[in-house]
Amino acid sequence: MSVSARRGGRFVRRLAHRLQGGPEGGGAIWDTIQLARHQDRPYTLDYIPRLFGDFEELRGDRYFRDDPSIVAGIARGQDGPYAVVGQQKGRDTAERTRRNFGMPSPEGYRKAMRVFDLAEKLDLPVVTLIDTPGAFPGADAENRGQGGAIARSMQSMLRLRVPVVAVVIGEGSSGGALALGVADRVLMLENATYAVISPEGAASILWRDAGRARDAALAFQPTAANCYRWGITDVVVPEPPGGAHTDHDEAARLLGTYLARIFRDLRGLPPGERRRQRRERYRRIGAYREVAVVSTTQITSGAGAAVVHNGSE
Amino acid sequence: MPKRHITISVDRLRRRPSGTPARKLPADDRSCPKCTSHYRAEELQRNLGVCGGCGHHFVVGARQRISQLAEGGEWRELWSELRASDPLQFVDLEPYPDRVERAERKRHEPWWRYHPRPAVLVPPWTSRSSRHQWVARTPRRRPCGNLPLVVTASGPRMQGSSPSCNAKPGAFELFATELPNRVLAHPTTGGVWASFASLGDITYAEPGALVSFAGPRVIEQTTREKLPPDFGQAETQLANGQVDDVVDRRELAGRIGKVLGILDRPRVIEPAPAVTWAHDRAERAASVARGLPDRARRVVARVTGGDDGRGDS
Repeated sequence: MSVSARRGGRFVRRLAHRLQGGPEGGGAIWDTIQLARHQDRPYTLDYIPRLFGDFEELRGDRYFRDDPSIVAGIARGQDGPYAVVGQQKGRDTAERTRRNFGMPSPEGYRKAMRVFDLAEKLDLPVVTLIDTPGAFPGADAENRGQGGAIARSMQSMLRLRVPVVAVVIGEGSSGGALALGVADRVLMLENATYAVISPEGAASILWRDAGRARDAALAFQPTAANCYRWGITDVVVPEPPGGAHTDHDEAARLLGTYLARIFRDLRGLPPGERRRQRRERYRRIGAYREVAVVSTTQITSGAGAAVVHNGSE
Repeated sequence: MPKRHITISVDRLRRRPSGTPARKLPADDRSCPKCTSHYRAEELQRNLGVCGGCGHHFVVGARQRISQLAEGGEWRELWSELRASDPLQFVDLEPYPDRVERAERKRHEPWWRYHPRPAVLVPPWTSRSSRHQWVARTPRRRPCGNLPLVVTASGPRMQGSSPSCNAKPGAFELFATELPNRVLAHPTTGGVWASFASLGDITYAEPGALVSFAGPRVIEQTTREKLPPDFGQAETQLANGQVDDVVDRRELAGRIGKVLGILDRPRVIEPAPAVTWAHDRAERAASVARGLPDRARRVVARVTGGDDGRGDS
């Protein structure tokens, strides 16, 4: 079984040129980032009614507040009930403010964890839809434990016995995205991005200037093709020609066919095995090298040679 | 027929002198406290106890609540032999047994068949030992082994005092099981909100319902803190993340039906194997115990968890 088949997908032929062509140019990467943020791009609440027949939103973290920047609930799919969690940006100014531009607070992650628990209890497969510029960077969020909420969300996803699939539908930046992104299979839409931080955030940290976002984007190269190459994403889902924003129905249909196939595969595995493979999946990701530890006497005698190898493949 | 004139005395139509209250029918429990509309009994019943003018939700009793939610479906009462007792000989404004007797006259029907999907409905009981016993029995005995549980909740009760409080953990066992429970919270305070009303997987509140642990009067008299008028209201608690939604009573049955529909699964084995196994074991032990002397019977009852072989289930 090839590596890509074991991961549950393959890069569709139409997108193959992106892989073959080597690293993408700066212009192409910047264009992808703009597409991932396009204001007409379908958001979580655009996908849910197109993917599922019935959806009941669950609100509130049961501790402090309801965070509208994360939408969570139970939904009726064609083959049974699902739990759905996703970040939601707003389309107009009023909704953007209410949803905090899709930047979740700790309450949002606690709500997500509540729904993960429910999914575990009722044996519902979990779908997460990732679309956020990052977790909300604010004093209130920090005072209520933003970091811990994200960490626990990742932990509870890693521990789930039910099948979990994450889909990056727009921009996936920072731990705010990864908090919903620990899954058996991670899908990315063709023009989605997935990186450790938004280009603006990176530019302001590394270049001390948010205006140099383009340089940051070029350095991170957060495109779907690269994420596939690095093993971060398993399947790249094609979008309608021109991008998902041109045709929401078609974009959801394409995603739906991929989701259905992936869940069919995942249901075939026993829960314990599924969880073990999920852990393995995240252990495989990452590049590191190991060096021989040498004592000072060996160095003086010239015997110490660093052993270098790439641990990711 | 010749026209006949009638005489109207104009001074009768003069506005009433300022200061005197308008002549009104005396308000009773069928007049709306918000807009003072008055309803006939059958009218109010047809409206599900909701004021047609301003949407005020009248308090409804257990019997009425069940008939509302069952929408004419079939129901059967469970464990009607459970009664409140009065271990403290409690007297406040009237002796506790008198209150119980008055309540007995309005009997409650806790078994509910919801549309095509059976479910167990717990009526809006206050917290007391016999109720906790009822709730604790629910998941473990036939016929409701793996049925979803719909709990309606309202105020607390103090006359049972500490025996009642200590019976509460018994009720908690319910929520450790794999049942999909959902709670609809209606004016809910104290021990109800601090026990089963908060533990539902999905919680709805009716508009204007008071949902808090300590009621506003208790808080104001204890801490002398002046509370905002919306304190503890269902709408506030929605923003505080304590309930999933505020649902109008007229849409409530439909909403619960939708949730049950989303979570519905074809039952391949009915009831679930684990429950069957437990029941079979209990029943076998009980049938053996029937042939045993009293002392041995008590031992068996302790092992098998309650059923002492006299066939009370």
